[in-house]
Amino acid sequence: MGAWIWLIPAAPLAGFLILALAGSRLPKQAAGLVGAGSVGIAAITATWVGFSYAAGSQGPTTYRAWQWLNVAGFTPGISLYLDGLSTVMMLVVTWVGFLIHLYSTEFMLEEEGYSRFFAYMNLFVSSMLILVLSSDLLFLYLGWEGVGLCSYLLIGFWYSDPANGRAARKAFIVTRVGDTAMAIGLFLLFTHLGTTDIQGLMTRAAAQWPTGSTLAVAAAALLLGGALGKSAQLPLQTWLPDAMAGPTPVSALIHAATMVTAGVYLIARTHVLFSLAPVVQYAVAALGALTLLLSGFSAITQWDIKRVLAYSTISQIGYMFLALGVGAWSAAIFHFMTHAFFKALLFLGAGVIIHGLNHEHNMFKMGGLRKQIPLTFWTFLIGASSLAALPLVTAGFYSKDLILVQALTSAQGALWLYLVGLVGALLTSIYSFRMVFITFFGEAKAQINKKPGLAMHIPLVVLAALSVGGGYIDLPAMLSGAHATLPPLPGHVGMATDFFLKAVASAVSFGGVYVAYFFFLRRPALVRSLVGATWGDLLHRYWFSGWGFDWVYNTFLVRPFAAVARLNRKDVIDLVYRAIAWLNRLAYGVLSSTQSGKMRWYAMGIALGAIMTIGIAVFT
Amino acid sequence: MILTWLIVILLIGGLLALPAGRLGRKWPAVISLAAISADLALVLFLWAGHFIGPTSGSRWLIQYQAKWIPQLGIGFHLGVDGLSLILIILTGFLGLMAVASTWTEIKERTGFFHFNLLWCLAGVVGVFTALDLFLFYLFWELMLVPMYFIISIWGHENRYYASVKFFLFTQMSGLLMLAAILGLYFVHGQNTGHYTFDYTALLGTHFAGAMGRWLFAGFLAAFLVKLPSFFFHTWLPDAHTEAPTAGSIILAGLLLKTGAYGLLRFAVPLFPAAAHTFSTGLMAVGVLGILYGAVLAFAQTDLKRLVAYTSVSHMGFVLLGVFAWNELALQGVVVQIVCHGVSTGALFFLVGALQERLHTRDLDRMGGLWTGIPRFGGTMLFFGLASLGLPGLGNFIGEFLVLYGTYRVSVIMTAFAALGFVVATIYALWMVQRALFGQKRSDEKIIDLSLREIAASAAMVAVIVWLGFYPWPLLHTARQGLTHIRENVQMSQPAGSPATLPPNEVPKL
Repeated sequence: MGAWIWLIPAAPLAGFLILALAGSRLPKQAAGLVGAGSVGIAAITATWVGFSYAAGSQGPTTYRAWQWLNVAGFTPGISLYLDGLSTVMMLVVTWVGFLIHLYSTEFMLEEEGYSRFFAYMNLFVSSMLILVLSSDLLFLYLGWEGVGLCSYLLIGFWYSDPANGRAARKAFIVTRVGDTAMAIGLFLLFTHLGTTDIQGLMTRAAAQWPTGSTLAVAAAALLLGGALGKSAQLPLQTWLPDAMAGPTPVSALIHAATMVTAGVYLIARTHVLFSLAPVVQYAVAALGALTLLLSGFSAITQWDIKRVLAYSTISQIGYMFLALGVGAWSAAIFHFMTHAFFKALLFLGAGVIIHGLNHEHNMFKMGGLRKQIPLTFWTFLIGASSLAALPLVTAGFYSKDLILVQALTSAQGALWLYLVGLVGALLTSIYSFRMVFITFFGEAKAQINKKPGLAMHIPLVVLAALSVGGGYIDLPAMLSGAHATLPPLPGHVGMATDFFLKAVASAVSFGGVYVAYFFFLRRPALVRSLVGATWGDLLHRYWFSGWGFDWVYNTFLVRPFAAVARLNRKDVIDLVYRAIAWLNRLAYGVLSSTQSGKMRWYAMGIALGAIMTIGIAVFT
Repeated sequence: MILTWLIVILLIGGLLALPAGRLGRKWPAVISLAAISADLALVLFLWAGHFIGPTSGSRWLIQYQAKWIPQLGIGFHLGVDGLSLILIILTGFLGLMAVASTWTEIKERTGFFHFNLLWCLAGVVGVFTALDLFLFYLFWELMLVPMYFIISIWGHENRYYASVKFFLFTQMSGLLMLAAILGLYFVHGQNTGHYTFDYTALLGTHFAGAMGRWLFAGFLAAFLVKLPSFFFHTWLPDAHTEAPTAGSIILAGLLLKTGAYGLLRFAVPLFPAAAHTFSTGLMAVGVLGILYGAVLAFAQTDLKRLVAYTSVSHMGFVLLGVFAWNELALQGVVVQIVCHGVSTGALFFLVGALQERLHTRDLDRMGGLWTGIPRFGGTMLFFGLASLGLPGLGNFIGEFLVLYGTYRVSVIMTAFAALGFVVATIYALWMVQRALFGQKRSDEKIIDLSLREIAASAAMVAVIVWLGFYPWPLLHTARQGLTHIRENVQMSQPAGSPATLPPNEVPKL
């Protein structure tokens, strides 16, 4: 098995190189084949490697390719690490990635830059795999920045529209703020623990730092900074809704299923460090809870179907952070997996509609699409049910319920965290079915003019199956079982309590569906009058704009920065030198005017000079 | 003797290029190409020997010494260690790129142009090899004059102003260095009775009172202006913007690096105590330069000026790293020197290519270029990303090592310098956006990169990717030089912060 693991990131990388160097000369079919095929190879290899790992007795293993650097005892390596956590991550990334690539071969067919699209997508998959497989924290950082780059390139894929460029830059710059914090965290860890190997760092941290020590808290807080940026959590969440400017498969792959959950992965991967810093871990839970609530409210008010899904993604990652914050590491990874399935499904379903309606994003111009695209409708319904966590049959129910239970029962949990999670669940259910009802029910307002073909249908069906079946995988048990990767879940409940909590969660889910039905299908006039009222309008606009974060950042950071920069375009320092030059020219002017050629002036000068010389001689 | 040849080949090439202009427009360029290639081949041969041969542990891998003016203690003393070797290779490589850029750009008086180009490069190689301070000063001046001609004769609209500004800044600061060299000569002579300009003899000179600090300041003046560091940088945007492409490549890629080299080779080792006194302040100036240069780069509307200001920012990392003075930071400085030379050289190469096609450098008149010239777009995007420090590219290694080394000296400076990553992202993306993306401004058809331009770009891309993933050969060679440079200089760092920091101790902010 050994070396085969390298094929997993290398295959998409090769795909990228082929497409980048020769893409424009390839016919579209060939470009699509290289693009989707290379990820397919990675997926098959990952499956094989993953199963051999699970079946084998070897346990977690490091695969080292070469030494990246060797400076004064600083020896990061190009190396990969296989354990339960990285296996789950790579399987989700490669398979969901493959399905989305397959879907894109049809979705992007009429677009300019077909091969460029697949080149970026392949580079993304390769970077993401490096991120989740790396055993070295610096190499992980390479993947971390690589996915950020690809996210930037793909958000701005349709580059002729400056708005897309703006969204792309915003995504890259905001996440880079977090990444810079993370880089300082790396300096701290490398300096004080003397290694770059993630497992080594964790062992040494646990051995050297007492719980709550300053360095542990600082290190965890700085890594958290990186995670908040990448995973679009408060206060760095503002880039994700704008990131929807990219093509829909990009939103599905990067801004829902994989990249945005990198922060969750990072925290789970370095959970030892976060356990040593209870303050920071509490912040993770609190920020997650706050984020899931705020973005849930925002999701309810959006009219753009992709922005609903974007806010929903922020909110669902909030759940994952909540889980991490209460020490339920494997519950977070479980929710990551189910979320990857159903959120990718929802985006791809939305993509069918957008594709069929010539880039129409406004849900209120859709309506009644149920009969026109039945397969998309049914799979979308499954996805929405899973997102709303309808009980027993959906994967989302199992993972979200687990988080709620852990938020209440874990030693680090709290009642308020649980209640916020519950309110969030209600909101989730409402906005999910609001979306379903507005888009697929009611009177038909638009005609789908491009029906999806096989390449778009297959991913929908497979992801729908996973959105149901994924919940029956007991991932937390697997991750803490043989070759334990993550500690077992911290909270425990009896059968009766568990049943009660599940019943409450189910009631909340159904309640949300009913609210959505009542307000958006049965009595839409009620909503209009609510929003029509002054306070309703104000609240609506406030939520719609994402709680005004953009306004604050624009007013207090972006505009002042740009204004100061523009003001100083000519470089104020140069004035100093210009002043020196001016003085010189002035002195030159004064002195050269004495060179007048007039005898009388010269004679007087000589006389004055003589008097002064004599005066000095006499008086000193 | 081989070291002398490195310089002589370039000088002779220059003399041959001068009349060759009469034979035909392309002949001087061909002679340049041949002379620089010969130099590069020679120095690569030396480099290969460094890996194959036994490491003797001696300070100079190769040196050459001859009497010159023994009465005054002036000798013709050349020598290279790992550090100089790397910089000479860089000189050869960027020299070739510069010649490649002249191919269609320089149309008039090509003979005299290539004479200046080669003599300037000879001066650069001389600066990187001279081990006699008098000789060093001579080469320092030798680089300056031909560059002045290159800017003032073949430059753009405002070339006269820019060339005079460049000349005055470098000449004034150079004179201060000359004064300091003479001061050092006399102090050493009075101490020992042995009057000499020889570098190795002057090392370890003892200074009474504030003398060491004054002499250090004299050297510092020349090197900080050349680098350029914050406050002494204002000649650079003008000179870079107005110079022809080859001039910009050599300025950014090589002349700035002589400032960094001077700090590493002369300023700090000759005056360790003074350097230590000023180290914190100079690091702060470095951080200021990183941020100031980056913010100004963002504000520019002239593409070439934008790239010029990014140099101010990137050289801030060099200044920061030099005065952090631990192995991590210094290795980072060397990587940064090489990668900045190549990537900024490449950006100037591309801007030059663009100006030939569009006849403008104004970002307001660009936009949407990717559609028409995707190969150009991809290359420019690549070097933009190198500029913002994307991991996997060599520039990241340099900046990361500098910051990591600085972290062990001062956490607070590291934090501020790291903000440079964010501002670099802002200007790099802004540059790419304004030039390549957005709406197309005109329907005028422009031609994508030619074969010659692709070959040059590909070579520079290859170097940056190579150093991003496998910088070992570079680091290994640099270590040979840096070990000796660091040997006698204990820039004793603030208490509780060097590499031996105990794991539980919170470093000094």
